[in-house]
Amino acid sequence: MNNEPLWLIIAKVLGVFVFLVVMTLVTIVLERKVVGRMQHRPGPNRVGPLGSLQSLADGLKLAFKEDIMPKMADKAVYFIAPVIACIPAFMAFAVIPLGPEVSIFGHRTALQLTDFSVSVLYVLACSSLGVYGIVLAGWASGSTYPLLGALRSAAQMISYEISMGLSIVAVFLSAGSLSTSDIVDAQKQWWFVVTLAPSFVIYAISAVGETNRAPFDLPEAESELVGGFHTEYSSLKFALFFLAEYINMVTVSALCTTLFLGGWRAPFGIGTLWPGANEGWIPVLWFTIKVFACLFVFIWLRGTLPRLRYDQFMQFGWKVLVPASLAWIVVLSGIRTLSAEYAMDRTRTLTIAGVVLFAVLAVLFIGAEILERRRAAAAPPESALPETHEPGGFPIPPMDLVVPPSPRLKTAVGAPDSSDRADQSDREG
Amino acid sequence: MIAQQLLAAGGEVGTGEEITFWILGPVALGGAIGMVLARNAIHSALFLVLTMFSLGVFYVLQGGPFIGMVQIIVYTGAIMILFLFVLMLVGRDSSDSVVETLRGQRVAATILGIGFAALVAAAIVRGVGKAESIGLDEANAGGNVPAIATKLFSDYVFAFEVTSALLITAAVGAMVLAHVERPGGARRTQRELSKARFRDGGYPAPKPGPGVFARHDSVATPALLPDGRPAEASISPIVGTDAERSGR
Repeated sequence: MNNEPLWLIIAKVLGVFVFLVVMTLVTIVLERKVVGRMQHRPGPNRVGPLGSLQSLADGLKLAFKEDIMPKMADKAVYFIAPVIACIPAFMAFAVIPLGPEVSIFGHRTALQLTDFSVSVLYVLACSSLGVYGIVLAGWASGSTYPLLGALRSAAQMISYEISMGLSIVAVFLSAGSLSTSDIVDAQKQWWFVVTLAPSFVIYAISAVGETNRAPFDLPEAESELVGGFHTEYSSLKFALFFLAEYINMVTVSALCTTLFLGGWRAPFGIGTLWPGANEGWIPVLWFTIKVFACLFVFIWLRGTLPRLRYDQFMQFGWKVLVPASLAWIVVLSGIRTLSAEYAMDRTRTLTIAGVVLFAVLAVLFIGAEILERRRAAAAPPESALPETHEPGGFPIPPMDLVVPPSPRLKTAVGAPDSSDRADQSDREG
Repeated sequence: MIAQQLLAAGGEVGTGEEITFWILGPVALGGAIGMVLARNAIHSALFLVLTMFSLGVFYVLQGGPFIGMVQIIVYTGAIMILFLFVLMLVGRDSSDSVVETLRGQRVAATILGIGFAALVAAAIVRGVGKAESIGLDEANAGGNVPAIATKLFSDYVFAFEVTSALLITAAVGAMVLAHVERPGGARRTQRELSKARFRDGGYPAPKPGPGVFARHDSVATPALLPDGRPAEASISPIVGTDAERSGR
């Protein structure tokens, strides 16, 4: 890989860039379409066939809008923050393998911009740099809501990065490598989503938290913070934030595919029936399908779940996700040591252990819930709600209301009585 | 392992490494100087981030990809973000006082600082200027990450454990120091607050606006209760009800 000609490297860089931008455009339209479907409306359907060019039109429109620099803004930081948010988002994709070795104009090369021994750490490093974009944007805007959004997002992204990193540790342990292509190779037989199911669940949850998506979109909670960190941003700078958010979604989905869903390998045993499925350019198709499946879940979550309260969200991250992933890593290491000592079938053991851990966790959570209910039932009711609607209770309409006839039908409309008129003239007088 | 051969292995300097060094060297240095000179605390922190990031890239360049990535994740990613967090809470306009408390302090500090820097630089140049780096290839023989892991978890495992114990002690200590014990039940949770709001005929819902179910929608017309009586609570005390205004 290191002796590739320069033109090939540049071609790959361009390829990754174009892939990401196209994915962003497609994802935005897909999101609006899918969320629209879920809410029983058609979604965008004006620009292009079936509204497919809507995001492109929106992007162009955004670029030509007026660029506003708030008076209180810290000019340099305000200017550079969207750039800082955007660049790491693009950079992180460099180590994602899109496919196996292919031949491009006679050169055998892997469909991956670069790979080195700590690729996954590199992705984590990029995402930790991306936080700066958001934090600085919020601070440099020089206004309250963006600052609050920035502080929230800093706390959120740092906390969820920890659980994300811990969930990935299990993959490192199983694959024996931190390199993305080695991890894909290690999933030749069983995908890690099967053998490391708890890690996958933790990764999926923290990925949503890491990308600031609903139901964890507290940094930009519209009902509380206007637009969050980008409240003051407009025009191309805002477009960059938008771009960064969607590229982060794509990257997180691609990393999920690479780490847990077998990377570019054909799903459901297609590879055993059709050996050509895992060679040449076809795996790019599998990879893209898997990434879109992940993206669909992102959108689905957004269409389904309400936003969490901030303290519950942080509590969930620190008190549930982090301890759970630590416990799972200990269990995993124990199983690995045992299976090395007694030569057990590791895949089967891991799957069983995963199921058992799930069962134990489920029992614990349900048990806690039952205990809570029992305690609530045993405790004397603090005070029953008032049974009747006393004065000051919520008004309910009179039960003998009749729908007045339509004025268009020229039938008699209940004329206001004389006392009412008197009342009115009284007030006007 | 693949890209490692691109990087400095065994001491000879490749073209790519040289180009990166000459770009990022001034950036790192500029960041360091900017950090000292910047008036605004946040700008200062940002310059420090720049320097640390450049150092991370240098580590990767020197054949230590793991330490480079960890430098970026831990220092620029976690520690500096926490720094920024605190600075932001302090406020954007708080900057250092420029009043000299000791006369001649600044001149003396400058001269001493330059002298110290010269001494350290001279010592480093004399010490390692001509040194050949040896053993890098052997140390990285099985790959950079496994080599570090082997060292860390076999030869230096005791030091590693002691360091982690120290860090945990520090974290717990910080929590103990910062923790304020509240008397039991002093602060009601959201759940208790919400229950209290519903208890004893408390009014949980938004109050009815004036004019609800009445014949007029004026702000001075009270809403009507189910039994037809006016709900006085629906009228703002500033406006007053019709009855009060007309003196009836």
